[in-house]
Amino acid sequence: MEILKTAVAGTLESSDCLVTIEPARSGLQLDLESAVMQQYGRRIAEVAMETLDRLNVQNARVSIVDKGALDCTIKARVECAAMRAADHEGRVNWGGVIR
Amino acid sequence: MTNPNKYRLRRTMMFLNCQKPGLIKDPYIYKPDSIMLDLEDAVAEREKDAARYSLYHALQEIDYRGVERVVRINGLDTDLWREDVRCAVAGGCDSIRIPKTETADDVRTVEYAIAEAEREFRRPEGSVLLMAALESARGVINAMSICDSSERLFGIALSGGDYSKDLQISISGTGVEFMGARQHMIIAARAAKVQCFDTVWTNLNDMAGFRKEVEIIHSMGFDGKSIVNPRQIPVVHEIYTPKEKDIIFAEKVIKEIDQKKAMGIGVFTVDGKMIDIAFYDGAKRTIALAKASGVYKGDL
Repeated sequence: MEILKTAVAGTLESSDCLVTIEPARSGLQLDLESAVMQQYGRRIAEVAMETLDRLNVQNARVSIVDKGALDCTIKARVECAAMRAADHEGRVNWGGVIR
Repeated sequence: MTNPNKYRLRRTMMFLNCQKPGLIKDPYIYKPDSIMLDLEDAVAEREKDAARYSLYHALQEIDYRGVERVVRINGLDTDLWREDVRCAVAGGCDSIRIPKTETADDVRTVEYAIAEAEREFRRPEGSVLLMAALESARGVINAMSICDSSERLFGIALSGGDYSKDLQISISGTGVEFMGARQHMIIAARAAKVQCFDTVWTNLNDMAGFRKEVEIIHSMGFDGKSIVNPRQIPVVHEIYTPKEKDIIFAEKVIKEIDQKKAMGIGVFTVDGKMIDIAFYDGAKRTIALAKASGVYKGDL
């Protein structure tokens, strides 16, 4: 999936996270900010990178500001931001790349 | 074969905005019978896509501990509802609520899309149930044919906000403006043997008014009420739980009818009240509701 433009998904409300994806020339760069960085920082990064891998996003700069989001919310926000950044429209591959 | 969940207990259906992770992560702690995961009115137009991703992963990953997961899709007059159905069915929802239902054809249109999605996502045929929200004068008038429209349809619900707009009236808080719709809908639902649910009460500062309204719809025969705040749940459950004296009376009626029927006696008295076979189903319902509410300790 090619990231064509900057896109955002999520909020800074409790239990949510704000994900921003921007185009990049080579590779993936992840910036993470979280109030629970010590305990869950590694896990949040893992979930985000796995999600980007499933979506086949190879070049992007990704920023996540976490406010205590569950794994399912991190996945949902990363997917949404990536789909918006790639100008994806139409049917979604539920259970395929989205899982 | 009828889906075993078709007639499950649905005293409370709590609306939750799918766009808000804080709302959908653990609503089971409030013990509603059903949650209504909303993709429609509560979700801003530009966040419809985000709400679907949240819904899909919540359905897949959160253990809602037996609470029924109903998804309210966008209206059939939008280009959103078909993808809503795919998302909800793929995620594993229990039921889908159709908003602004006006005809039996509306139900059949969604039913067809659900069946397609069940095949696409390899879910058993008939596993996803349906309910229809009636939000207009036309919808209410067509309640009977809507109730009869699909084997998947477990019930109909009054949506008071849009209905009052269509009637060109404002909501008074007394319920007088909903009397006709409520009575018509409950009669249609009973005739078709499906459930019937009342509209939301939005004034959270008037809990006495809320209680009064729940007492009225309970006595009218509604199966439950739509809920917008967890504080409303215990009030509804309390009113819908059979009282001990009603349970004892129902037990006597069932046992006496079973016994007298074998003896060829059709009419007799229980606690001074004349009883015949017409009381049997009502007594059975009281015991079933007492069991479902966790207050029955008898042996029926």
